[in-house]
Amino acid sequence: MTDSTDNNLAARPAPSAVFGSTPEPTPEKGPEVALFVTCLADLMRPSVARASLELLEAAGCTVTIPAHQSCCGQPGYNSGDYAGAMAIARQVIETFEPYPYTVLPSGSCAGMLVEHYPRLFDGEWRERATRFAARVHELTSFLSDVCDYQPPATGSGAVAYHDSCAGLRELSVRDQPRSLLRHAGVEVRELKQSEVCCGFGGTFCAKMPDLSAAMADEKLKDLADSGADTLVGGDLGCLLALAGRARRRDLPLHFRHVAEVLVQDADTPPIGESPTS
Amino acid sequence: MEQRSNAFIELASEAIAEPEKAIYRSALGAAMPPLRNTAVAQFGGDEAFDALRRNVRERRRHSTAHLGYYLEQFVARARENGNTVHFARSGSELNDHVLAICHAAKVQRVIKGKSMVTEETGLNQALADAGLNVRETDLGEYIIQEAGETPSHIVGPALHKTPDDIRQLFFERHDLGDRDLDRPEDMVAEARAVLRQEFLAADAGIIGSNGLIASTGHTMLVTNEGNGDLCVNLPRVLIICTTIDRVFPRPEDAMAMLRLLVRSTTGQPVTSYTSFYQGPRRGDDEDGPLETHLVLLDNGRSELLQGPYEEMLQCLRCGACLNHCPVYMNAGGHAYGWVYPGPMGSVLTPLLTSLETSAPLPDACTGCGRCAEVCPALIPLPDLIRDLRAEKHARGVTARRWRLGMALHAWLARHPRLYQHTTAIGIWLLRRMAGRRGVLKRLPLAGGWLKSRDLPVPPESSFLASHRERLS
Repeated sequence: MTDSTDNNLAARPAPSAVFGSTPEPTPEKGPEVALFVTCLADLMRPSVARASLELLEAAGCTVTIPAHQSCCGQPGYNSGDYAGAMAIARQVIETFEPYPYTVLPSGSCAGMLVEHYPRLFDGEWRERATRFAARVHELTSFLSDVCDYQPPATGSGAVAYHDSCAGLRELSVRDQPRSLLRHAGVEVRELKQSEVCCGFGGTFCAKMPDLSAAMADEKLKDLADSGADTLVGGDLGCLLALAGRARRRDLPLHFRHVAEVLVQDADTPPIGESPTS
Repeated sequence: MEQRSNAFIELASEAIAEPEKAIYRSALGAAMPPLRNTAVAQFGGDEAFDALRRNVRERRRHSTAHLGYYLEQFVARARENGNTVHFARSGSELNDHVLAICHAAKVQRVIKGKSMVTEETGLNQALADAGLNVRETDLGEYIIQEAGETPSHIVGPALHKTPDDIRQLFFERHDLGDRDLDRPEDMVAEARAVLRQEFLAADAGIIGSNGLIASTGHTMLVTNEGNGDLCVNLPRVLIICTTIDRVFPRPEDAMAMLRLLVRSTTGQPVTSYTSFYQGPRRGDDEDGPLETHLVLLDNGRSELLQGPYEEMLQCLRCGACLNHCPVYMNAGGHAYGWVYPGPMGSVLTPLLTSLETSAPLPDACTGCGRCAEVCPALIPLPDLIRDLRAEKHARGVTARRWRLGMALHAWLARHPRLYQHTTAIGIWLLRRMAGRRGVLKRLPLAGGWLKSRDLPVPPESSFLASHRERLS
């Protein structure tokens, strides 16, 4: 069977048999989703993983969380350790490919699976990675584009949205999180330089801290100029780095992942702030 | 040109520490992209521009794949047109050719159009060492020559200089009497007045080229100031210095490329001057050079053919990747420590010099992908930059602690249970060190992150650890 010529895919009963296509969610039974928590959400910000789970279930998905998961391999990949990244990629594909959908609350991790896993391989594994990639989604675009989910309009306040580069350029995540936030009753302000990188860049921020900080400062100035005091984004890497910079400079700015805002998690303090601060 | 690329991090930090310059660069960073975007919109939008980018890429791939054939054709036609053609394998060979030409033609005064190739070979220094008088005539090049500096941008060599810097420079270098230079127009007029005399007195003109047309033997040059044409037509000797990868099969291929180049560079539909040079003055011509030379430089480019970085040979030298790169805009062009800065420089410099002498450059990238988005030649710059990191990793150019760290991380990531135990210990330690604060300010082994930012403290228990009942 070749993926592109099979016209009977939609009629197939078992979604797990469908490779390289996007199964339509049926009204009686929502999409079956495997949640790839991502290492930063797991370790640094569990509230993002909790919110992702809550949102997917609210959107009618049946969510599985595979225990056999850790990191998507970006740190090694972007540092040039392709062999290490390949080993991780094979394992992630083996773990997640039985599920009809894999969803990640991160544009850069999703982009790693979608764009870069296929690039790592040749031959059979490349085909396998490509088929897998077609069923991988970043959280907000999955909620919007696949589930057509609209959160209840019980939120309030104004935030600015930070487009992380991988989500924006590799996955075209731009309107989906904004639309979800607006549906939730949150006003979304635009940054003037919304297409410019915040300076996180994975290991970049540790290897070139002065440059990284200069870029972060431009983003923080843009945020302050927007009139919103909270920056919301879909990637914890950017948010942790920006929050860390804002704390170092004692700036009265706050940072949250979009999933936390959509479930209105008021119990968890913004990133880098203690419950009392 | 002497290379300082290994000092990238220090040079960038010095640049950032000058607030006035940093603010100026930041303003440039905001001003340049809209020029290109408006030009693309006027051209017919992203889709139309993409179609042209793909079209030109195929033409360029074809000429690169048959480079030997088209180069031979170009050289034969150029010789038929009366040019003398020289080949230079290295930068010093190019300089030697130019010196020999100048010596034979008894040239004393040289005027130059903007040429990154002669920056690459250090030609000005070689000519000066031989006692020749060299004058740059592109306004930006003129300014940095007066200041004794090198270009910070491949299209706008003096972009690092503020109007105040240039005013100050002219007051120091020129005899201005009681004239002031309040407006940019006054400064341009001042440079123009000085340069006019240089044009008239010169024995030889040296220019670069934006394209070599194989089917006709012409060389093409685009400028906005018209200085290139004066360098070509006023002195008695013309020397065109360019590289072997600039060949286009036919004029229409070069014209298709021009429609991308100028929009991507300055946002103009076309530059003020687009010139095609055929050869020396003919029998009944009233002006033009009496002898013309083409010096074609390789300097490592032919080694890129059919290799993993071959696409870099398609670079049009438009500067769009520089204009859209936040690292370039913050570090400034001089931090890259050689001729070509920004994303294209981070790829080209290690390839044309060595990875060992430009080790930090492939790391000077956040992978944001904006350069690839705007590149008119559709070069996947972030992928090539990452591939160079892989080469650094494989050849041991990357620091040992990074390589070991990555190996350990990759191993742990493939053993999720162990990964979860290890990270749980890490979290426990971090929380103990942080005390009641939400962030950490000091930590062993995290000096890079903590130099400029605090580290948010993780909560007590990871998501996976606290949701064991939900895991499958």
